[in-house]
Amino acid sequence: MSEAIQDDQDLSGMPMMDNPVMPYLRQERIPHIWCPGCGIGTTVNCFTRAIEEAASDLDKLAIVSGIGCTGRVAGYLNLDSFHTTHGRAIPFATGLKLSNPELSVVVYSGDGDLFAIGGNHFMHAARRNMDLLVVCVNNFTYGMTGGQVAPTTPIGATQTTMPYGNFENPASLPFLADAAGATFVARWTVYHVRQLTRCFKEALGKKGFRFIEILAPCPTLFLRRNRLGDGVDMVRTYKEKSVLRNGADTKEVGLGLTGEIVVGTFVDRERPTWLESMNDHFGKVFGDRYSRYGG
Amino acid sequence: MSDPATVRKAKGTVFVKPEVCKGCSYCIEFCPTDCLEFSREFNAKGYHYPVLGTPDDCTGCGLCGLYCPDFAIFGARFKDIEVARVTAAARQASLDNPTS
Repeated sequence: MSEAIQDDQDLSGMPMMDNPVMPYLRQERIPHIWCPGCGIGTTVNCFTRAIEEAASDLDKLAIVSGIGCTGRVAGYLNLDSFHTTHGRAIPFATGLKLSNPELSVVVYSGDGDLFAIGGNHFMHAARRNMDLLVVCVNNFTYGMTGGQVAPTTPIGATQTTMPYGNFENPASLPFLADAAGATFVARWTVYHVRQLTRCFKEALGKKGFRFIEILAPCPTLFLRRNRLGDGVDMVRTYKEKSVLRNGADTKEVGLGLTGEIVVGTFVDRERPTWLESMNDHFGKVFGDRYSRYGG
Repeated sequence: MSDPATVRKAKGTVFVKPEVCKGCSYCIEFCPTDCLEFSREFNAKGYHYPVLGTPDDCTGCGLCGLYCPDFAIFGARFKDIEVARVTAAARQASLDNPTS
């Protein structure tokens, strides 16, 4: 007992500062399981700073993740969150948004979850312009299951299931999102923390299907198998190779194993969201008999 | 060096939680003033954690906290620390005297 009082007295003399990210984390679950040098924690930092700066109402913010390393974000953030089955983060988020249109729903998942298993859902949510913010942390591999080839693995990269190098054409995620009809498409890397925070803040203030791709290093699997160094070496590579090109044609922002990395906000346009379209359509069909749902 | 205008003075500092650091060195690599370095000591998991090597260079910009994937470090300016200290003391005083 006397020790506890002593501790309190010591603390009152010390500067009372806590890490600004801590109020947004489930602190009993920290330290997290991400590997040393993994960039996912950095993106979580940026996301929490953005919701702090945007002064978002935390009771009206929900976060949905799928399976994978990035899927654990929903478990670590102290928001209303749900960890869905593999690839089904967007369908769950769609239902959440439609049942409670006041919620601001964020889907936070990895490239394998969103584009391999859940690729179909991504395409249709973007086509319908469902009011979601989709954050994809792209590490070019399946991290949690042992480094298999993902839809984003660049040609020439060695992976567990491609020991002689990958020959499959990778998907360019911003191009896919743009073609499917997303209203906001951006790409940043883990190196661009300030820009990423601004981008999150901007995207949280918009409506419609918003997509942010974040390149992050996977030191344990992707970097080690391709002899690309440690996590910090890859972030240094992002610093050297990235080229800022806002409004770039998404056809020209594909990624290779080496070569330049185009970053920036590629698409920013206005389209009626699914709920707005539904209300307008039924308003026209049924006239006064129809009452608008969800604003 | 004796000219006070050229002597560097710290404008902030960093707070490190050694027990959650995994030694990825993001903070050390991307510190704008290069004032961080690895500690000589290990933490419980066997990683070297960051410490302020040249404390006078720290501006308290907080970029280390934005980069840290393990939420183990953050920086703050002295004036913000003072504000936080005063706020905490006021909160403590109101807890001690709930009637006032």
